Amino acid sequence: MSILVGSDTRLVVQGITGREGEFHTRASIAYGTRVVAGTRPGKGGQTAIDGTVPIFDTVAEAAREAGANTSVIYIPASGAPDAILEAVDAGIKTIVCITEGIPALDMIPVVEAVRRAGARLIGPNCPGVTSPGRAKVGIIPASIHKPGRVGVVSRSGTLTYEAVQAMTDAGLGQSTCVGIGGDPIIGTTFLDVLKLFRDDPETDAIVMIGEIGGSAEEEAAAFAAEYLKGVPMAAFIAGRTAPPGRRMGHAGAIISGGSGTAAEKIAALEAAGVHVADSPTQLPRLLLEAGYRA
Amino acid sequence: MKIQEADAKSLLLAQGLPVPPWKVARTPAEVEAAARTFLDAGAGRVVIKAQVLVGGRGKAGGVKLAGSAVEAAEVGAQILGMDIKGITVRKVLVGAAAEIVKEYYLGAIIDRGSRRITLMASAEGGVEIEEVARQDPAAIHRVSADPLLGLLGFQARTLGLAIGLRDPLLNPFVAIALALYATMKANDADLVEVNPLAIVAERALDGTATQSLVCLDAKITLDDSGLARHKGLEALRDLDEEDPTDAEARKLGINFIHLDGTIGCMVNGAGLAMTTMDLVKHYGGEPANFLDIGGGARHETVAGSMKLILEDPKVQAILVNIFGGITRGDEVAAGLIEARGQQTREVPMVVRIVGTNAAEAARLLAAAKFETATSLDEAAEKAVALSKGAAR
Repeated sequence: MSILVGSDTRLVVQGITGREGEFHTRASIAYGTRVVAGTRPGKGGQTAIDGTVPIFDTVAEAAREAGANTSVIYIPASGAPDAILEAVDAGIKTIVCITEGIPALDMIPVVEAVRRAGARLIGPNCPGVTSPGRAKVGIIPASIHKPGRVGVVSRSGTLTYEAVQAMTDAGLGQSTCVGIGGDPIIGTTFLDVLKLFRDDPETDAIVMIGEIGGSAEEEAAAFAAEYLKGVPMAAFIAGRTAPPGRRMGHAGAIISGGSGTAAEKIAALEAAGVHVADSPTQLPRLLLEAGYRA
Repeated sequence: MKIQEADAKSLLLAQGLPVPPWKVARTPAEVEAAARTFLDAGAGRVVIKAQVLVGGRGKAGGVKLAGSAVEAAEVGAQILGMDIKGITVRKVLVGAAAEIVKEYYLGAIIDRGSRRITLMASAEGGVEIEEVARQDPAAIHRVSADPLLGLLGFQARTLGLAIGLRDPLLNPFVAIALALYATMKANDADLVEVNPLAIVAERALDGTATQSLVCLDAKITLDDSGLARHKGLEALRDLDEEDPTDAEARKLGINFIHLDGTIGCMVNGAGLAMTTMDLVKHYGGEPANFLDIGGGARHETVAGSMKLILEDPKVQAILVNIFGGITRGDEVAAGLIEARGQQTREVPMVVRIVGTNAAEAARLLAAAKFETATSLDEAAEKAVALSKGAAR
């Protein structure tokens, strides 16, 4: 079944004619994802990706005429919040926003509107979601995946690739890999994804990749202690050596006022029975130690 | 981006917050002239405050009072040039010393948990709020602004009542809280803090005192992602307090943070860059920097980043770790080769490039005789060994 994206995904790409949009749409299609539409206001009626994908002026038309049920956004930061709201208004229930650099205050009303509409937003500033063998929405490289039963959730991009590659190399396939994004205000948190994995009959183990800043890892740990008792779980937290008060690349990765440190997060996860790795390459071994058998 | 108190006060003033007048001075003579203005206008004493972006300046002796213009010049001479946590004081703020009746804390932050702007207030003002949070968390009161409607009057009132304010200071507090929220929105701030927000007594010539709420200090952090859409905010960046590499990194479009170790790191992606630093430490080394070249970096960015790493004389070894997604491995390899052609000193380097176009990268690196590694752990271990070899 997988979570968020899968065989029933009918994707509309918002910003399909842009450089990033076109490049990653090709990769998604090559992976087998059903891309049913693209949007580019003013170019409705034309086609993209060598004539294979119809372009619409609005997301509403893409939903109505092409049956799109999921959207991915490759639109610059100045237009991305509006793009999310347009998708919400069109009734799209799963929205993945790849865009980086959206001011945090712009996202506050947007995540609220998403919540009120009963939709789900992944990101922004995220690499997207892949359900190996079924659908790839976003920019995670296809080559690192192997279908399987481990759910992966991460705040990072390339660090996720590192961890997923290590798992694939060790023969541990994935049910779904979710990059939730590195910004302070994001649509879907670790906690939300853990709940989805718990309810997914095809996910038997979980890998979580966190980093310094905020307290989302601690909340996830509390949830795991209570509701994921029998589920083998391994984690990695980046930023043990990060100096306080400095933003480590991601807008959300900052130790402020002495809180949000890697040490706090690791302690919370270990107390919850999660195996925490010193290096992402240890994650497959830790999952096995936690009792997971592929 | 952090901004200086004087600039933060200007932003507060622009939203109508009550901020007593101040002047910025860069020399003892300027301090003296500024002090004279305030003393002539009736101030009993003046306060001279170091303008630095690090906390704890009061404890470090960076905030002092003076009773005359001459004394102010002396105090100014002490504070200007003073070192506070490694930062040289280059300017001070001069203002009339207030007669403080009581100090409060008022701040607004982006609250990740509730995904709203949260205002925090405390009757324990004038001390570090983190300290209050540790010792007496119940002393901090919070309200979260409505995500669609903003901060509402009754919410601000609730906060004022919670910290014990009553007529006639309650309504002024409500106006202050609303203006603080407006300051946050108007400038895309991550944090706006007034500590202390103080009740001060102003004495008329006949000796009668009136009380009012004023912002005696101000701290604002701006969201880097919002800077481009606010004209004038970029000009508030204090280049004097930056690491010289910061401006260079901005020009290259990379994230670079200078640290104290000996192993220079070049990585794509923030999470992986932190992890690379962590592994350097894990294997017994010390990272010299955090460096995320971003997604899809071109060879000139790679070459520029390498130059920046090598500018740090402490760097004894370099670790390049690239997991190509959008970033193409061969593009990075080309940049490394280009950088080596230009570099002025020899530093051992280990390169690990996997993912997109890794095979092409491997060919380029082999032809140019670069030391390579396949796994992240192996790369970190090798870099640590190289740094120690170079130190001997």
